[in-house]
Amino acid sequence: MKARVFVTLKPSVFDPQGRTISEALHSMGYNGIGDVRQGKYFELEIDAASADKARELASDVANKVLANPVIESYRIEID
Amino acid sequence: MPKTKFAVIVFPGSNCDHDAYHAAKHVLGQDAEFIWHKESDLKGADVVVLPGGFSYGDYLRTGAIAQFSPVMKAVSAFAAAGGPVLGICNGFQVLCEAKLLPGALIRNRDLKFHCEHVYVRVEQTDTPFTLRASRGQVLRLPIAHGEGNYVADPETLEQLESSGRIVFRYCDASGQTSEAANPNGSVHAIAGLCSEQRNIVGLMPHPERACESALGSEDGLVLFDSVVASLASRGALAG
Repeated sequence: MKARVFVTLKPSVFDPQGRTISEALHSMGYNGIGDVRQGKYFELEIDAASADKARELASDVANKVLANPVIESYRIEID
Repeated sequence: MPKTKFAVIVFPGSNCDHDAYHAAKHVLGQDAEFIWHKESDLKGADVVVLPGGFSYGDYLRTGAIAQFSPVMKAVSAFAAAGGPVLGICNGFQVLCEAKLLPGALIRNRDLKFHCEHVYVRVEQTDTPFTLRASRGQVLRLPIAHGEGNYVADPETLEQLESSGRIVFRYCDASGQTSEAANPNGSVHAIAGLCSEQRNIVGLMPHPERACESALGSEDGLVLFDSVVASLASRGALAG
């Protein structure tokens, strides 16, 4: 099974990289694009009996390692 | 008088370990020993220094992987027993990742790596690393980081302020805080803070690189002198 984990800075945390990308896009003329937030993406190969078990395991490692809950939140997709 | 023994933790990618060792051993004339991150004991150390650098190449997040090194269990136990722990730059980032200090350090506001001397104001003198300093004293210390922008949620900040746990703030030469004097965008101009028990101190500037006049500043010495004095006054040296 594969888990995809998307880690992003919490909305309350300023993202200087996202801001810089957004400014660059505006200077290129992409004025229809507003805020940009940069994040991280992980693919985990998981050996688990069910999708629920895989999600549980992925949440565990996302909480402990992949994301820092002080500044980041995460979202998981299993397939 | 027995010498104070400094343990300098070495992670793969630490690069200020020798500076800390040199400051403790050769400038202060105390004992110092390197402790490889795979060790599980601190060999009778009286004070632990987590040095600056790029542990594990800053992979994932700064300090994120180092928190799982075997030696960190010993560091946590040492800190829980009241032992003084100093995290410098990457060491501060490791302490935050390990939850030994609250908050986190993110990319500098201007996305630039800042390598320069800055001024910090000593806010608290009741930590083992600042007891020889005076409140409001301005120190000139070098910084060298790309991720020194301290963040914490509003409740944590409120707690840090009300319990006097912000130990150093970025300021100008006269001791005034301002946007211009804040090199990385840290909230409340926070350059360093301490744990609830006050024995764990983390800061982004490098006091160990400011212990000799040849290096342009001796202002960092006060942190090391303080911890030596603190341990001597409690009679806590292993001997």
